[in-house]
Amino acid sequence: MLRYFTRRLLHGLFLVVGVSLLTFFLLQLAPGDFFAEMRLNPQMTAESVAALRHQYGLDRSVATRYLLWINSVRKGELGFSFAYDSPVASLLWARARNTLMLTLSAMLLSWLIAVPVGLGCGARPGGWSDRLCLGATSSLLAIPDLLLALGLLFLAVRTGWFPTGGMVSPGFDELSGWGKVRDVLSHFCLPVATLVLGTVPVLVRHVRAGVVEVLASPFIRAARAHGIPHRRLVARYALRGAAAPLISLLGLTITTLLSGSLLIEVVMSWPGVGPLLWEAVLARDLYVVVGTVMFSTLFLVGGNMIADALLLAVEPRIRTE
Amino acid sequence: MNTENVTAATLVGHGLTSLTALSVSRGEGRPYVSRSGMTTTALQVRALSKAYVQRRTLSGKTISIEALRNVELTLQVDCTLGLVGESGSGKSTLARCMSLLERPDSGEIWLDGKNLLSLKTSELRCARRRIQIIFQDPARALNPRFSAVELVAEPLEVLRWNTAEARRRRALDLMEEVGLSRQWENRLALEFSGGQRQRLAIARALALEPRILVLDEALSALDPPLQAQITKLLLDLKVLHGFSYVLISHDLRLVERAVDEVAVMHQGTIVERDKVREVFAAPRHTATQALLESC
Repeated sequence: MLRYFTRRLLHGLFLVVGVSLLTFFLLQLAPGDFFAEMRLNPQMTAESVAALRHQYGLDRSVATRYLLWINSVRKGELGFSFAYDSPVASLLWARARNTLMLTLSAMLLSWLIAVPVGLGCGARPGGWSDRLCLGATSSLLAIPDLLLALGLLFLAVRTGWFPTGGMVSPGFDELSGWGKVRDVLSHFCLPVATLVLGTVPVLVRHVRAGVVEVLASPFIRAARAHGIPHRRLVARYALRGAAAPLISLLGLTITTLLSGSLLIEVVMSWPGVGPLLWEAVLARDLYVVVGTVMFSTLFLVGGNMIADALLLAVEPRIRTE
Repeated sequence: MNTENVTAATLVGHGLTSLTALSVSRGEGRPYVSRSGMTTTALQVRALSKAYVQRRTLSGKTISIEALRNVELTLQVDCTLGLVGESGSGKSTLARCMSLLERPDSGEIWLDGKNLLSLKTSELRCARRRIQIIFQDPARALNPRFSAVELVAEPLEVLRWNTAEARRRRALDLMEEVGLSRQWENRLALEFSGGQRQRLAIARALALEPRILVLDEALSALDPPLQAQITKLLLDLKVLHGFSYVLISHDLRLVERAVDEVAVMHQGTIVERDKVREVFAAPRHTATQALLESC
């Protein structure tokens, strides 16, 4: 088991290093840098711009800059933001916390909805509830996340039921403890709902397919012959049998939700990593872009490690290999 | 009224045709009938028919294949019956219908004085435990995520039989009876060899104390020495537990060793049935002759 985890950890490490290299070197291929637009400013002389580029190390070779960046990672700074004039780590952490709150809540809620719904559909494939569910998931799958977000924003604007942007209301600091919780929760509703509506159909379909596949297994037929009732077969056999592919899917969900949340954060003005990345890309704030990509990668690797550990716990065939 | 008479009266009341000798089973107190001279009907299949819809034509007509056609079969208590026939003759369909895994289109299956096909779902669940089926591939018939003791004890758990500890002990006893070590209780099904898995499948089926055991090509995937071992085990267990079994196989040599009587199926119906030696020595039906010639 230790060997299995060591191997997975090494895979994760290689992935993180590979992504950092790729991001760093691919960004160099983009034309211009943070100071490129300053050249158009008549008040800035070419010498001043060159001095700034020298100050921030942009006149050095890519390899040297990468090594310097690695050194800053070692110090826990993740590079330096040109736009914010501060280390990337401190910028990223406050935003990452908001993104994690949003993504993890959406993921938890999605699975809490998808597992029972998928189980119910898969237990009676072809039944009216199954057909209804398949129709609903097909419709949701056909709607792009962006359209879903805009639709919900429109609804929020027309009804006034939910705040339409940000994480807290103006005057948040004056609210009582319970008032603050309610305020954050009300701001949570729209982005979480958008993410959940985008993820649940995929998950429901996977859970349903897994359950249908397990219930068609020969050991289910044998168990029926031993008098094991259908309800028990669904609860004890189908869910355990379908667990392995679903846990693998958990790792993928993290990626999907994270990339989805970056877009939703921008549309719904959620102060997460999404808007930070968006602004950094537009401003060519190199180290912030690299930092946010690394954050996403770490999140993905961590999620997959958790999925692997869960898989190991529920799938005996991996343990016996 | 002594114990023997009470049990005899109960069994006669359940529709059993004749009874001469009777004994009470070990441990759990389930009575079973042992044959000593005369026979008693354990299971009766009457006019069983089953057709499968193969495809529907564009005009909406259905093309169906008759898998069973008015099958009549009586299984005596303590009897071992072989069911042979060419591929597609309906052996496995009959096995699935007898073990209530599939519902026939028409006909009756009588057990304990009740037609199983007219029972309500709750009654059927009780009746089902009396007829157990063992499949060809135990690797696919046992849930790979369950441990040996979980697999054997689960049918008892469903019946809410006794306490969890008593169920575990019963499961371990059964494992021992089929030749599996008690120390393997936590091994997963996938960690056993083919022969051991089939023993585990037998132990699981026996947990419900069936009257009839249907072995649907259950020995076919095993090599000859293992086949001989499992056949001997089945015969020993039959004496110990007092069940009858139906062995479905295409291996006539195996059938000759493992059963007393043989029934030959051809095109969905039983065309010949007699003592195994008599059928094999002097086959009457052309299908039997063809089978014997082919082996």
